[in-house]
Amino acid sequence: MSVVTASFGTLGRQVLGTLAAIGRVTGFALRVLVHMLRPPYYPRELVGQLLAIGWFSLPVVGLTALFTGGALALQIYAGGARFNAEAVVPSIVAIGMARELGPVLGGLMVAGRVAAAIAAELGTMKVTEQIDALTTLSTNPMKFLAAPRVLAATLTVPLLVAVGDAIGIMGGWLVSTSRLGFNSAVYLQNTADFLQVWDVGSGLVKGAVFGFLVALMGCYHGMNSGRGAQGVGRATTNAVVSASVLILASNYLLTEAFFSA
Amino acid sequence: MIELAGLHKSFGPKAVLRGVDLSVPKGTSTVIIGGSGTGKSVLLKCILGLVEPDAGTITVDGRPARQGDRDAFLARFGMLFQGGALFDSMPVWQNVAFRLLRGTLKMPRAAAREVALDKLRRVGLGPEVADLYPAELSGGMQKRVSLARAIAAEPQIIFFDEPTTGLDPIMSGVINRLIREIVTEMGATALTITHDMSSVRAIADRVAMLHAGKIRWEGPVSDMDAATDPYLTQFISGSADGPIETLR
Repeated sequence: MSVVTASFGTLGRQVLGTLAAIGRVTGFALRVLVHMLRPPYYPRELVGQLLAIGWFSLPVVGLTALFTGGALALQIYAGGARFNAEAVVPSIVAIGMARELGPVLGGLMVAGRVAAAIAAELGTMKVTEQIDALTTLSTNPMKFLAAPRVLAATLTVPLLVAVGDAIGIMGGWLVSTSRLGFNSAVYLQNTADFLQVWDVGSGLVKGAVFGFLVALMGCYHGMNSGRGAQGVGRATTNAVVSASVLILASNYLLTEAFFSA
Repeated sequence: MIELAGLHKSFGPKAVLRGVDLSVPKGTSTVIIGGSGTGKSVLLKCILGLVEPDAGTITVDGRPARQGDRDAFLARFGMLFQGGALFDSMPVWQNVAFRLLRGTLKMPRAAAREVALDKLRRVGLGPEVADLYPAELSGGMQKRVSLARAIAAEPQIIFFDEPTTGLDPIMSGVINRLIREIVTEMGATALTITHDMSSVRAIADRVAMLHAGKIRWEGPVSDMDAATDPYLTQFISGSADGPIETLR
């Protein structure tokens, strides 16, 4: 009996702990949103973050998209050959990149790069009392540190996704025309014919959501970092893991909302 | 005047402050001494609102610290943090002029830079350090920059958290002298926490000893050496023998 009681107790504590964590993150997200909307604004900080998050993530997102588009073309060609349907390569590459692989892989790469960087930076600021110093200098850390980062990621990740989509489709075109014998003009025409505005639009909406989640997790774990190098290291790991899981979970929910019959 | 009455603060099961009563008279330099981990930094952070006390009252010039415009309240304070707490991502002059580049005290960048250079000069640093980043400075220089930042907006009250920790004796002496001069010049109210007795003698008008979460002894610095409190005398002499447990 006591084993059963103890098991339920453990389960209950886990559930309550998880609910409390969800509550803390939700509260943090709401406070960030309020600080994003209400003055004072820090445009210099925002521009800095637009560059740090958006511009400097371009190489990693671009390379990821290029290789993914190429591999996707090879896989679809090999799979399509079983049904004599090799001609679907351009349309599947385009739809696959725009709807799923562009935003998800782009989001995951940004999570690895940006969530880690934000959590490490803010975590270090916390343990070295820089965040306390901001407060004593009459500056709200949520407004000065979190709001520009979350806004910058929400604005730039969709742009990264758009660039990633284009590069991914180009990767598919490159492999298809050089290795699989596709005619370049026909490939591009097929891509243009099959791709619809909402295929790209849904990916950009996903990108905005993923960008928000990535920066939110980086800020949340960084600003709640434990003490010392170990605390900062744990905050960084938690930021990347939670951002990645949230990207995959929200991707499913968004896909369900956008495309379920 | 800063008045603390019955201040309590616990972190989980550990009670750090257990009813602190303290008055810091306007325009004087008060130093709080006490061993490591006795809650000195927590006390400062409670006054600034960085840590929420569990019980007790804090008033500044008769007004409760938690009421009214928080920005206006904080604008009266400057603080020198133990590790400097300079912003790594900004050059030295922007650290010093932080308050002057944004918020209610905002001024043109060129004017803010001039003020920063002036404050850096006041703490013995030349304009050549203005465009360096904090990581490029020695520990003593970082402390001076942090001191320049604390005084940049001419605050009425300045807090110094372990101002000489990690510095060699000569640099400690330089920082102590700067603090004493600046506090006297500005007519500011100063509250310093330290366990460095040479700092106490150089900086303090009044001394308060924090032990076991309460103010154990309080009085003018001139009375400190003649005091008979065994905790205070053990702390001043740095003896391992006495009522203060040396294993914490």
